[in-house]
Amino acid sequence: MSGSQTAMTEVRPSPPQPQEPAVPALPRLLAGIPPHGAMSLDEHLALHGAVPGARAGRRRQTREHAAMLIDEIERSGLLGRGGASFPTATKMRAVAGARGRAIVIANGAEGEPASLKDRTLLETLPHLVLDGGIVAAEAVGADELIVCACESAGASVESMERAIAERGRGIAGSEHTPNVHLRTVPSHYVAGQESALVNYLGGGPAKPTFTPPMPFEQGLRRRPTLINNVETLAHIALIARHGASWFRQLGTATQPGSTLVTLSGPVAHPGVYEIEHGASLSSLIEASGGTTARVRGVLLGGYAGAWVGGERLHGVALSKEHLAPHGATLGAGVVLLLSEQACPVAETARVARWMAGQSARQCGPCIHGLDSLADTIEEIAAGTAQPKAVQRVERLASLTARRGACAHPDGAVNLILSALEAFEGEFADHARHGPCDGCTRPPELPLPARPLSEESARKAAPRR
Amino acid sequence: MSHRVRVNPITCEAHGMCAELLPERITLDEWGYPLLDETPLHDSQVEHAIRAARACPTFALLVQRDRSARGGRVRARQG
Repeated sequence: MSGSQTAMTEVRPSPPQPQEPAVPALPRLLAGIPPHGAMSLDEHLALHGAVPGARAGRRRQTREHAAMLIDEIERSGLLGRGGASFPTATKMRAVAGARGRAIVIANGAEGEPASLKDRTLLETLPHLVLDGGIVAAEAVGADELIVCACESAGASVESMERAIAERGRGIAGSEHTPNVHLRTVPSHYVAGQESALVNYLGGGPAKPTFTPPMPFEQGLRRRPTLINNVETLAHIALIARHGASWFRQLGTATQPGSTLVTLSGPVAHPGVYEIEHGASLSSLIEASGGTTARVRGVLLGGYAGAWVGGERLHGVALSKEHLAPHGATLGAGVVLLLSEQACPVAETARVARWMAGQSARQCGPCIHGLDSLADTIEEIAAGTAQPKAVQRVERLASLTARRGACAHPDGAVNLILSALEAFEGEFADHARHGPCDGCTRPPELPLPARPLSEESARKAAPRR
Repeated sequence: MSHRVRVNPITCEAHGMCAELLPERITLDEWGYPLLDETPLHDSQVEHAIRAARACPTFALLVQRDRSARGGRVRARQG
């Protein structure tokens, strides 16, 4: 975690405690999580048992088993946990149906500074992720599984390396075993985007490409490529064992199951928690020991997400349906509280500048739009903005969104517009009167002073 | 079957030729990048659109043909 250490200290997962479960069936993924280090293969098998599989290795049986797996995942209603909540079975079917031998990528390239759940999974429960990856490979007929971890998350890289070695040759106990390898990817924000990942693994820069073709039809080495977030795969590992109806015992009808969230900000025990979809925000805060300061607002979904203002926090439930009226989603599970003393305008300015710096700098509207947005918001925060600066932000936002090759500009714009709405008064005050007392406080929102590594800096060099 | 214009934002370098040649569909933003009307082209506009795509110095403008009304496979037709 080299460069990100200081900024991340605040939100390191507290030794994951078995949460006092509101629902007896939790935790699922985080069951038996060791306080330090990783769960070994023996411990993992003792807790979960082996994944039932088609061991005979006969061709017909393998095919039937694969179809059955996808059907079961479809019945489970599992949605991707990387942030976009895309139905996992739909993606798998597309890959399984595409021409050529498939590849599975376990995406743990967690570029979101406020999210720690993926590195936590890789670090503490690597065998659950491997199980899920192997099941997914079986389901889509892949002969290769590539686990991707963030290069800045050293502990998760080491842990996954050991886990792969522990598995040795009999990786799934079935004859259909994929080759498994681990790759580290640069830690910048867009590196985990699907086409950027394919681009990087294929020897290019970790930057998004213009689509189509989509990775599922023509991905790595032009082969159909299934890219699933590592938490999605961990859920698959349990669905393969316990079935779809077990999975649906938790969560809501449209968002079944449990999900990992990274809770940070003024709470007693920030860290990674497993909750049921639809659980209330206050129950999550309670599970973390309660707040340690008054709360001004909560950022849901990370730096591509949306703010919900403090006065609306009570009664917020963490599900699609409940969050939609607030214009928010849980995204990749980021729940970030901002204290009452912090200045939301200064915080938004810092995040906007950081998001602008995280652009792959390939698409003009993203480069110019995010830079201009960050400029204008900084001017508002400093009280040096031209009149009607807030309207300029809105106009720049509409010029920037949906005009890049990937969704990076859309996410940044989302965050900025939701800040304008949730903190309308604060923005107007700053535009008129300049900085407030909170502006001089140390930043609260985690922003790793994450220097691009030498390699990624070389690859992120401007095109022209 | 309908045609639409689309831009590859990675290869686009804001030369602005497209807005010169297809002003009925393309205007430029304050940085010189094209703002596209991506609704289906009128039949009479297809030739103009193809001419604009061919004139783009970086081949960033695409004229795409929808195979099916439901937006199934889209084939790019470049310059």
